[in-house]
Amino acid sequence: MKKIEAIIQPHKLEEVKEALKNIGIDGMTITEVRGHGRQKGHKEVYRGMEYQVDLLPKVKVEMVVPDVRGEEVINALAAAARTGKIGDGKIFVFDVSEAIRIRNDERGDGAL
Amino acid sequence: MTKLSLLFFSLCTYAAAQPADLEKRLSDLEKATKSAQSAGDNAWMLVSAALVLMMTGPGLALFYGGLVRRKNILSTMMHSFVLMAVISVLWALVGYSLAFGEGNSFIGGLQYLFLNGVGAAPNSDYAGTIPQGTFMIYQLMFAIITPALISGAYAERVKFSGMLLFTILWTLVVYFPMAHMVWGKGGLLNATLGGKIPTFDFAGGTVVHITSGVSALVFALYIGKRKGIGTEALRPNNLVLAVVGACLLWVGWFGFNAGSALAASSLATSAFVATHFATAAAALTWMVIEWFRNGKPSVLGAISGAVAGLVAITPASGFVKPMPAMLIGIAAGIVCFLMVSVVKNKFGYDDALDAFGVHGIGGTVGAILTGVFATKEINDALNGKPLGLIDGNAGQVLNNAMGAGIAWVLGIVGTLVILKIVDSVVGIRCEPQEELEGLDLSMHGEEGYNLDS
Repeated sequence: MKKIEAIIQPHKLEEVKEALKNIGIDGMTITEVRGHGRQKGHKEVYRGMEYQVDLLPKVKVEMVVPDVRGEEVINALAAAARTGKIGDGKIFVFDVSEAIRIRNDERGDGAL
Repeated sequence: MTKLSLLFFSLCTYAAAQPADLEKRLSDLEKATKSAQSAGDNAWMLVSAALVLMMTGPGLALFYGGLVRRKNILSTMMHSFVLMAVISVLWALVGYSLAFGEGNSFIGGLQYLFLNGVGAAPNSDYAGTIPQGTFMIYQLMFAIITPALISGAYAERVKFSGMLLFTILWTLVVYFPMAHMVWGKGGLLNATLGGKIPTFDFAGGTVVHITSGVSALVFALYIGKRKGIGTEALRPNNLVLAVVGACLLWVGWFGFNAGSALAASSLATSAFVATHFATAAAALTWMVIEWFRNGKPSVLGAISGAVAGLVAITPASGFVKPMPAMLIGIAAGIVCFLMVSVVKNKFGYDDALDAFGVHGIGGTVGAILTGVFATKEINDALNGKPLGLIDGNAGQVLNNAMGAGIAWVLGIVGTLVILKIVDSVVGIRCEPQEELEGLDLSMHGEEGYNLDS
């Protein structure tokens, strides 16, 4: 099994969810995060005090999929999240050693 | 014939009874008119009192609360809220008497101790058409907001117990005497009740804003800067709340200024109008300056400008025409902007929420400009005599400056002495660890936002 972790632009979340749903992936975890890669931040000014804000709002999308579906999911996700500009984000892939469905103790691919 | 003469006789008797009946009806009519006048005045004044209290809670609480970091929002709001309770008790026990009782030029007497004699009967020295109880409760709201304004200077690092003790002593030593001098019978600066240095201060530019603003500067210098200033981002945690607070201040200020007419009169209208236009002009001024200087007009700048305008128009509100009011607003917008965005950074004092820059300096600008623009065409306070510079009385500018000066001195000296006392008895600054943890937790054991509860 593979865990796919994607950091994407917040405004791309709906498109990504839709694209994943269209290929039959409807289990995922979404977190609001802050971070940056090469993207520059912005300047905020409050009553004459300037602050450089480097941590930009992003969305992290995580899901675990069977090995065979890995490439398909990554391509669908990346296509939906892409704008072509700096700040689009990244996808990381991890190996998962076990998955358990809490409700009925199902294990492995069947738990996904 | 008998019926006719009987009728004739009755008519004559009736006609003869008219003069005395007329007297009574006139007297009843006079009483009814006075009663209606009082009813109108009292209704407006009670509403004004409520509006001014609203300025402190939630107006100031939200305005200041939104501007501090998240870990300090509750403590900052508490600074305003707790004073609504503390000052009220102090006022009821001795405050009203010391401010408005008859004493000497500097302080009132104890005739109204425990609000003795303060009830339904009007006090014609101050407001002849409303119960003295209304006047008393209205003035209380001013006494509440004044020390609350100082909290802008010590936010995020003050010790709560020290703050309480300081505020009680400050109100006794600085506020009550200043209120008495400007508004109390026989007060040194009272323009209409026999003061030797008649200062025109309609709603409290000197009493409220200069005293608190200047005291705030002294407090900020004494308590020292917040940890992390210059190195960490001390950004507002919730500008949304700050905007809401500023709007409540604007609306509530109509009670503060127009209510200072102490009647539902055309003078109240004039003060309402002057207040509103000064504020609008000031908000735009600050916004435009920032637009040019920073490239973007900030929301914080716009609301700060509005508050600066409200402060500056406070002493002038019942004395000036609308156009001069707008000029006062523009002046406040410019001067306060410079104080807050340039001077503060240059001198490096940590007046966290700009109590000095906006209230101390804004109040001073307003007080001096009141001496310039006060006119008897708006308020014939001296029975035909000229009021300000535009009336031909240039000396009023000096008198108003002196009144402002006295507020400065009283604020500085009083605050310094009290701080030394409080610091030695209770302590004024929190421990470094408490400051890092945030005052909400360290002082009150609470968190403002439990977003995942």
